[in-house]
Amino acid sequence: MIRYLIRRILYAVPIALAVGFVCFMLVQIAPGDPINAIVPPDAPGDVVEQVRREYGLDKPLPVQFGIWLMKVAQGDLGRSLATGRTVWSDLSTAIGNTLLLAAVAALLGFALGCILGGLAGTFRGSLLDRVAVGTAVAGVSVPHYWLGMVLVVIFSVQLNWLPAMGAGPGGSADWSWDWEQVKHLILPAVTLSVIPMGIVTRTVRGIVAEIMNQEFVVALRGKGLTRRGVFLHVVKNAAPNALAVMGLQLGYLMGGSILVETVFSWPGTGLLLNNAIFQRDLPVLQGTILVLAMFFVALNLVVDLMQTALDPRIRRA
Amino acid sequence: MNLRRLLLSACLGLLSTLATGLPGPAQAQGTIRIGMTAGDIPLTHGQPDQGFEGNRFTGIPLYDSLTMWDLSRADRPSTLIPGLATEWRNDPNDRTRWIFTLRRGVKFHDGSDFNADAVVWNVRKVLDREAPHYDPRQVGLTISRMPTLRRAEKIDEYTVALYTSEPDSLLPINLTNLFMASPAHWERLRASAPNAEAAWNAFAANPSGTGPFRLTRFVPRERVEMVRNENYWGEKARAERIVLLPIPEPNARTAALLSGQVDWIEAPAPDAIPQLRARGMQITSNLQPHVWPWQPCFAEGSPLRDVRVRRALNLAIDREALKQLLGGFMVAPVGTYPADHPWYGNPSFRIRTDKEEARRLLAEAGYGPQRPLNLRVQISTSGSGQMQPLAMNEFLQQDLRPLGVNVEFDVVEWNTLVVNWRQGCTHASARGSNMINVSFAAMDPFFGMIRFWDSHMAPPVSNNWGFFNDPRFDEMSRAVRNAFDPRELDAALARLHAAGVDEALFVWIAHDVAPRAMSPRIRGYVQPQSWFVDLRYPYIQ
Repeated sequence: MIRYLIRRILYAVPIALAVGFVCFMLVQIAPGDPINAIVPPDAPGDVVEQVRREYGLDKPLPVQFGIWLMKVAQGDLGRSLATGRTVWSDLSTAIGNTLLLAAVAALLGFALGCILGGLAGTFRGSLLDRVAVGTAVAGVSVPHYWLGMVLVVIFSVQLNWLPAMGAGPGGSADWSWDWEQVKHLILPAVTLSVIPMGIVTRTVRGIVAEIMNQEFVVALRGKGLTRRGVFLHVVKNAAPNALAVMGLQLGYLMGGSILVETVFSWPGTGLLLNNAIFQRDLPVLQGTILVLAMFFVALNLVVDLMQTALDPRIRRA
Repeated sequence: MNLRRLLLSACLGLLSTLATGLPGPAQAQGTIRIGMTAGDIPLTHGQPDQGFEGNRFTGIPLYDSLTMWDLSRADRPSTLIPGLATEWRNDPNDRTRWIFTLRRGVKFHDGSDFNADAVVWNVRKVLDREAPHYDPRQVGLTISRMPTLRRAEKIDEYTVALYTSEPDSLLPINLTNLFMASPAHWERLRASAPNAEAAWNAFAANPSGTGPFRLTRFVPRERVEMVRNENYWGEKARAERIVLLPIPEPNARTAALLSGQVDWIEAPAPDAIPQLRARGMQITSNLQPHVWPWQPCFAEGSPLRDVRVRRALNLAIDREALKQLLGGFMVAPVGTYPADHPWYGNPSFRIRTDKEEARRLLAEAGYGPQRPLNLRVQISTSGSGQMQPLAMNEFLQQDLRPLGVNVEFDVVEWNTLVVNWRQGCTHASARGSNMINVSFAAMDPFFGMIRFWDSHMAPPVSNNWGFFNDPRFDEMSRAVRNAFDPRELDAALARLHAAGVDEALFVWIAHDVAPRAMSPRIRGYVQPQSWFVDLRYPYIQ
């Protein structure tokens, strides 16, 4: 297991390099100029060129990439072109905010998805099944930024129950688990939970339905096992596959949602990326994408290990 | 006797009631929370980014400049007024030398004195690479707004000389963009910072200027809180505290205002305005020194080299219908400056809607339904000052078609458009476009006229994207820069502007009116004819 772990960690190195390179090249290929993050649109040409030299943006691309890579290898993600702050200082705060949002959204989405999917799989063809499937399809089909706006109109603008934006009355720096703060989390978390809820519902339904048709379930019933006993066996068999799907979904959630975070002005990685894209803030873009990619790799590893722990048949050489 | 005493006390009571009812000069009046359009807090180290929204919210409130805009009136264009300099004059023996007399008794937020040394230090921060506090990050944001400034020299404690690379009468206007940061505060922060860059970062988190507000809390990307500067040298702010929140998404800004999370939002979406009005919000607007144009290409082969075509396009646009499309939130331009502006001049060509005359001019130039004029315009999907570029351009496309003008768009993203704007219409990035749609601020005549109409400003120097080249305009631009008497300067600018209108050097389409929505609890707000506002006036009732 230790060797497997080390090997998986080593696999992350080429992935990081590839992600960094692709991200760097994509930003370079895209039209626009990162210098616009630093100078106003009407800056004269000589000022633009002077600032380009000051920032080293006049160097050949391979040199720029090499410099960035060397700094990253030393744990330095660089500084934002636009703000001058270190990428890590903005990114670490943003990751914290996104993790908070993702964790609550995952809790909501996975819990609802497991319950609905489990019930639908157990009572296939029933009204309950149809309702669950309908909810799941709606969940994956409704654009979540649209849902976010609708929720804001209803709960913030019309009813005035919940805040429309932000991470708290004093910002995310003041975060604490009191109602004044928590209520800022509700609408974005509900919005973000809808897609994983739909996907988990459909997955769990399919797995449960398949397991329920297997002979060992009939045998368990035949042996006189209680409904609860059978349920536990089904859960244990369904868990590895469901966990894999949930792991992927958690990865997506933790990557931050550009749309949901923008709609709610939630200061997470999605909003950070959104601003960086429009400003062509290369260091922020590259640093954020690299860290998020590594996060995804780490999460997949954790899920793999959990699957192995839950189902010894899945052996890792 | 009793009756007289009663009357006297009644009068005194009435007077005190009236006095408290008036906007007191230094009365704490609540917290104003403002939703900005910016995606991040504009830089707070003294030279804000995020365009003029940055100057508006983290420049002018926290800092002062030597010269400032008068933002106290809504009924006339903002003019230049003394700021940290009480007077200035150009040296008649050396036209590149300006003498500024500084205001006495001004203190930075950290308690240190503002004086000539502070001015020299602030000029060196962006112009002197050898200065220990030189900050490359502030260079692009600053010297592009004052292209001829070269250095500063202390004459005495309260007098300073500024030198330009060539005679430049526009320097006092340029200097509204050079905000004075506290050298003493920076030095203190530098003592505990590893380098100048880190010291500037610490300064941004804990800045010190001389402005009417001082920063008390800075949460990157989320909020800035400022409190009233009780020691401000001028009229003190009425609001006790200002909170700035970046809310880039227009619907989120509207929802934040309607749900009471903020008291004021910038640029509400036009379709949200009826709802905002219905909920009792104030919608404010005023003419801005802003131009939303199509800028023509004058390169060989461009149909826009013909002044008749340019004039025809200016006459062909139904600006009233466009205004309706924008919910009334635009002003139909008659040039870069409005007719009552001292720089408007006396052009013989009157910009208006006259489709018949447009048709006639097009026919004279050889265009009409049988031989349509085909134009390609490079536009953006959004962008700072671009208003509603897609809807507006599509409207223009439809409006011009019956006159035999076929408009095709090359739609690019804002950042790309800005890059292309610097490269000119003969560059491959123009992709055959005859015009480009980039809005601009016009309160500084260099940025309003000279950079487009002086042939020396052709790319890559500046924004003469169309390579317009007419020696008369070069001469008029030179005359502007050499007009050091204010009346002479106004006259030179008026001549230049009138000539630009007569030559129809833009297709002038709209002026923005900077709509804002605010809670009915906000009082005292003045929306000047400017890109900026003075946050000293509004307060919460």
